[in-house]
Amino acid sequence: MAPAVLIEHLKKSYGTVEAVKDVSLQVESGEIFGLLGPNGAGKTTTLRCLCTLTEPDAGAIEVSGVSAIDNPRLARQKLGYVAQEVAIDKVLTGRELLQLQAALYHLPRAFAKERIDSMLKLLALQDYADKKSGTYSGGLKKRLDLAAGLLHQPDVLVLDEPTVGLDIESRSAVWDFLRQIKAQGTTVLLTSHYLEEIDILADRVAIIDRGKVIACGTPSELKDKVGGDRITLRIREFAPVEEAEKARSVLQDLPAVQEVIINSAQGNSLNLVVSPQSNALSAVQQALQAAGLPTFGIAQARPSLDDVYLAATGRTLLDAEIAAASTRDEKKERKQNMR
Amino acid sequence: MSTTLSPSQTSLKNAEPTSNPFGEFLQETGALARRLFIQLQRRPSTLAAGIIQPLMWLILFGALFQNAPAGLFGNDISYGKFIGAGIIVFTAFGGALNAGLPVMFDREFGFLNRLLVAPLASRYSIVAASAIFIATLSLIQTAAIVVMSAFLGAGLPGIPGLAVMTFIVLLLVLGVTALSLGLAFSLPGHIELIAVIFVTNLPLLFASTALVPLSFMPGWLQWVASLNPLSYAIEPIRYIYLHQDWSLASVVMQAPFGEVTMGAALAVLIGFALVSLLLIQPRLRRSLA
Ligand SMILES: Nc1ncnc2c1ncn2[C@@H]1O[C@H](COP(=O)(O)OP(=O)(O)OP(=O)(O)O)[C@@H](O)[C@H]1O
Ligand SMILES: [Mg+2]
Repeated sequence: MAPAVLIEHLKKSYGTVEAVKDVSLQVESGEIFGLLGPNGAGKTTTLRCLCTLTEPDAGAIEVSGVSAIDNPRLARQKLGYVAQEVAIDKVLTGRELLQLQAALYHLPRAFAKERIDSMLKLLALQDYADKKSGTYSGGLKKRLDLAAGLLHQPDVLVLDEPTVGLDIESRSAVWDFLRQIKAQGTTVLLTSHYLEEIDILADRVAIIDRGKVIACGTPSELKDKVGGDRITLRIREFAPVEEAEKARSVLQDLPAVQEVIINSAQGNSLNLVVSPQSNALSAVQQALQAAGLPTFGIAQARPSLDDVYLAATGRTLLDAEIAAASTRDEKKERKQNMR
Repeated sequence: MSTTLSPSQTSLKNAEPTSNPFGEFLQETGALARRLFIQLQRRPSTLAAGIIQPLMWLILFGALFQNAPAGLFGNDISYGKFIGAGIIVFTAFGGALNAGLPVMFDREFGFLNRLLVAPLASRYSIVAASAIFIATLSLIQTAAIVVMSAFLGAGLPGIPGLAVMTFIVLLLVLGVTALSLGLAFSLPGHIELIAVIFVTNLPLLFASTALVPLSFMPGWLQWVASLNPLSYAIEPIRYIYLHQDWSLASVVMQAPFGEVTMGAALAVLIGFALVSLLLIQPRLRRSLA
């Protein structure tokens, strides 16, 4: 059977900005697949190409074996797309929006009515169905948007940052919803820059950075692959580079320590990869003391997806976000992305 | 939910996607038009303003030229009688010119993505829905103007005359709506679209026969006005208003390049609508990158 989504060597530039350099991924039918990456990594661009909103410069895209480039109409039928920004018509009621959506997907009338009722119920929107959606809270709007995306029973539901900006309650409602539709056999492809979200939700994840897939697998596979435990160490709140370098050379020689990375974006803190179940923590502390270096803070943890990202790129997701935030022209992109 | 849905689920999945393209086109067009009418119904002030404005034109323009020498606009024709056709066409034109604005706002708010990711039978359904909406509004406005003109003493055309007037308004609205939507898909934002509407609207009015007959104009303007599609909508309607007897062979306009008959004017309008629709095809087709 063809995979639910197959993307091969996707490329898309906006002028001189290479939004997507080389993205290949394969989403199997029935799984929740997460696309994790910092701001500006190319997640939205990838999804827009998949959903036929943007024409890729190169690459192949298939939805259940149907080429989205050669046969966009059929691909559109198989996809449900919930965009990063909620797009509803404030003047319409929730039910009217779903009725419009049903007609755009050519659902037969009787079927549409039944389906709309059940989607309203599934997303606990019955009480609001006949109120103008302009009066909805953020969480309600998102739920309506989800209902619209799923209304025509797509093979694959594509969600761009479905929980961004939602409160904790709404967020976990979305998670429950996604698990529920997965249980009913719908394939889910979502993007996120929340590590926990992907960790909790996704069966498999592709980590994407600067337009490229840098790692792909199940979350535990990826974490195992990076191996070792993590120690985050701060010599001082803001350590000078020379001091961090000195600490690194001291610590690198310890038998329990596999790798030391200096994180310049976090005040030259040190990220250590150490053998699990070793007494690395105390060994590190002793070595620092012997070298006459202070310890501002130290903590040991199992590797996270962030460590996967760190190992591949030399920076953490958060740092990447901060760096990206300063280089983006949000307004310009919004304009260009608006169709 | 799974229990209630599974039976119909299979039936839907088996449906051929291109089973009935025309039926699908009608379905999506109807739904898109319905949205526009719901919006209008919930914002009735737009409709009220749209009816009051042309009526005020009618009264004000009529009053403005009340003391013009008798016979200036033709034998036994008051300016009030003369101007009705101009206002009908100008009003329909203005409405259609604005048709792109809601689409532009949909683009800016991301709502258009909802339409573009859907397996529409044709994106012309977006054009068709807007055209149906604007045409309905224009016909309501036209009816108001016709009734008001009758009260002001301009008389009332017969049924065939009204039918031809309706046809003319529909053709004009279709062509201009298509162009406006083409702009809405092409221009960067609503500011630019409003600017284009602004610089198009009044100049096209003044460079047409809406306010004065062709014979009043200097030569160059006569040329411009007789190449302006608006004149081809105005002159036939005016002729119907001013003559009991008319046919497709009636000469409705003395253009610098020759006589234009009623039939020729209608042909020009049909051509205008078709060319507009063809012109925007690439914009609609293109994956909007
Ligand atoms: N329409 C556009 N015009 C110009 N540049 C664009 C456009 N859309 C995206 N970009 C650029 O392409 C890159 C990838 O953007 P994209 O929106 O795909 O990232 P993302 O991973 O979705 O980020 P975020 O997490 O902020 O949503 C960014 O550098 C962005 O500035
Ligand atoms: Mg994005």
